[in-house]
Amino acid sequence: MMAKILQRVRLVPNIHLLEVHAPEIARKCLPGQFLIIMPDERGERVPLTIADWDPERGSVTSVFMIVGTSTHKLSLLKPKDEVPVFVGPLGKPSEIKKFGTVLCAGGCFGIGAIYPLARALKESGNKIITLIDVKANYLLYWEDKLRRVSDKFFISARDSSNETRDYIPKKIKAIIEKEKEIDRVIAIGCTYLMYACSEATKPYGLKTMVSLNPIMVDGTGMCGACRVTVGGKTKFACVDGPDFDGHLVDWEELFARRRSYFDEEIQSLCQWEKNNFP
Amino acid sequence: MDEKKEKSPEQKERLKAEYDKEWRKVLRKSIPVKERMKIPRQKMPERKPEERNKDFNEVNLGLDSSQALIEAQRCLDCANPQCVDGCPVSIDIPSFIKLIEKGDIIASVKKIKETNSLPAICGRVCPQESQCEMVCNLKKATGVSVAIGNLERFISDYERLKGEVFIPQISPSTGKRVAIIGAGPAGLTVAGELAKKGHKVIIFEALHIAGGVLVYGIPEFRMPKNILKAEVQYLEELGVEVRTNFVVGKTVTLEDLKKEGFDAFFIGTGAGLPNFMRIPGENLVGVYSANEYLTRVNLMRAYEFPEYDTPVFLGKRAAVIGGGNVAMDSVRTAKRLGAELAAIIYRRSHQEMPARVEEVKHAEEEGIEFHFLTAPIRYIGDEKGRVRAMECLRMELGEPDDSGRRRPVPIKGSEFITEVDLVVVAIGQSPNPLIPQTTPELKVGKWGNVEVDWNTMATSMEGVYAGGDIIRGGATVILAMGDGRIAASEIDKYLKNYKG
Repeated sequence: MMAKILQRVRLVPNIHLLEVHAPEIARKCLPGQFLIIMPDERGERVPLTIADWDPERGSVTSVFMIVGTSTHKLSLLKPKDEVPVFVGPLGKPSEIKKFGTVLCAGGCFGIGAIYPLARALKESGNKIITLIDVKANYLLYWEDKLRRVSDKFFISARDSSNETRDYIPKKIKAIIEKEKEIDRVIAIGCTYLMYACSEATKPYGLKTMVSLNPIMVDGTGMCGACRVTVGGKTKFACVDGPDFDGHLVDWEELFARRRSYFDEEIQSLCQWEKNNFP
Repeated sequence: MDEKKEKSPEQKERLKAEYDKEWRKVLRKSIPVKERMKIPRQKMPERKPEERNKDFNEVNLGLDSSQALIEAQRCLDCANPQCVDGCPVSIDIPSFIKLIEKGDIIASVKKIKETNSLPAICGRVCPQESQCEMVCNLKKATGVSVAIGNLERFISDYERLKGEVFIPQISPSTGKRVAIIGAGPAGLTVAGELAKKGHKVIIFEALHIAGGVLVYGIPEFRMPKNILKAEVQYLEELGVEVRTNFVVGKTVTLEDLKKEGFDAFFIGTGAGLPNFMRIPGENLVGVYSANEYLTRVNLMRAYEFPEYDTPVFLGKRAAVIGGGNVAMDSVRTAKRLGAELAAIIYRRSHQEMPARVEEVKHAEEEGIEFHFLTAPIRYIGDEKGRVRAMECLRMELGEPDDSGRRRPVPIKGSEFITEVDLVVVAIGQSPNPLIPQTTPELKVGKWGNVEVDWNTMATSMEGVYAGGDIIRGGATVILAMGDGRIAASEIDKYLKNYKG
């Protein structure tokens, strides 16, 4: 069964928003879950974190970064196009309850993905400090949306638009030192960002949840491609996660597994570009 | 097959009615039994090993019409056919074979479809040598059984290639709706049976193509996807609706479907949870579960990468751990993808291997190495976290274990290291946990298997039935279909008494 694209917008260079007609999924979405999309019959099954949903409109929205062939294909979709796979909501929802003060850190596609978490945590009575990491200020998106659900809002950017030019760990440390009473940290974005955030909070013993994004195939626990070691035990990110305690994740293994098909991705992309943009 | 089946009185009567038909009597007398017993078993034509181990086209080519006729003449048309008892779905085997001998292939297909909606699949993947063909009376007399599986394959292929697929009579609509969860062999069987009885059947499938293990697990060279597609199309012509990309337990729960007005349910979600050995290095890059390896290649068509986007590692030295059909499929796939060394690492000996005899034979012909009485104890990675070697231990066979097979016992000090760059762990699967996790009322056994009454396939929830690997763990396609047949007849009975 095909799913229809409602809109596909370039938010900032290389990062796109995709809204898909999926009424059944929209009814079930909870913060922290993901979906799997396949751009066409020859595509890969790509897991994307859900960034928003609208049960009335019957739509589910995701924000993704262009990396390999399949995400390139996604970035060319137009309204009314159809994709052969759009399945979800997958994974366990994030733990949402009143913790007190929650620091929500997001980077690249995670700026979109952190939004439903910040919103749900805010609605559960938490004080929300949002920290967004971008390489440069022009890569920032959804600032207004995020500000509306945040009590405090910070940006860590590494260009002249930002006075400190600090990478996110320094900023996290500064916030923790200043705010004192942070009860939980949640980080979503590329693997390195989540690793850096976890390392930054470790000395403070501050529980830090990360939304892991290993390579997946089926997304329902069937294949084990997404296995990660957490606290010395093998977990399947698709069914046991995607949220895990960042202080317990074997990051080195995750980095290696994320890079599994680096050469193949380049080969695939070259081939696809040659076929489509001669 | 563990359990020895007995024929029911109705079944005996049905078989006898066919057996006593005039044309059958004439046919039986046309060739004396002694002559029939002299006819040699017809050899299934297959592609040359050195040619087929380089591509994914089908290995077996199927009997031709004259071979099929000769093979059918070998069948003695016994008064008490044992083969029917050996079949998990109790196909009237003598009747369909004698129809071939009579020359009425289409009638033969109709006969088989009375009890089996998916003959082209069973003809290819059933372990006939341990089922119908094992108890064949001709085998008892001459040592060589009738090639029942090859004949089943022949007639279903004949029908499909002729393009005249027979659609059986469908009973008037009952107005009852049945939800089937999982479009694998069990679910497809239930769907076919219930659709014929006039119920509205909807299959919910998590992946994007129907077929379950037949599409993600069993490779193209053994189970071509166009055949599966034709079988699913046949079900759709019976009125079955297939909804892909739909994860029951996530997109909706079983409870939601109940509220939507489904009257009965069948859970056939399979053994979608790969087992690992929990040894060091198992998460290194280049170590796959068989499920992942085969899914990448079969469902996602990584063997056509980069025309298809999904990649798979092309190992030069590939080790596949295990001795079952999944292990054979994996190792033969690795060979086809260019491995110079493609080896089975199995902790017991040749005779304990659970794989089909034909698969082992084909693997041997294709240049697969077999290392028996060997088990890995750890994998060793390079600086990039990719597997480069594995350490193994030699075994000897001790006392029989619960499975009745002799238990492998490690030989002390026999460790050795061998270079590998691709490992596929094919040591079995457990039932997929998605439905049990999201359906708290459902009673689950200690292996995560859904518990059923084995006579009816009924679960602990009213109107909910289950079958196949979700109740058995990793078993076979035909056992799943057998469960499906029982469940379908019980669901039909349930719906007749159901006032919902």
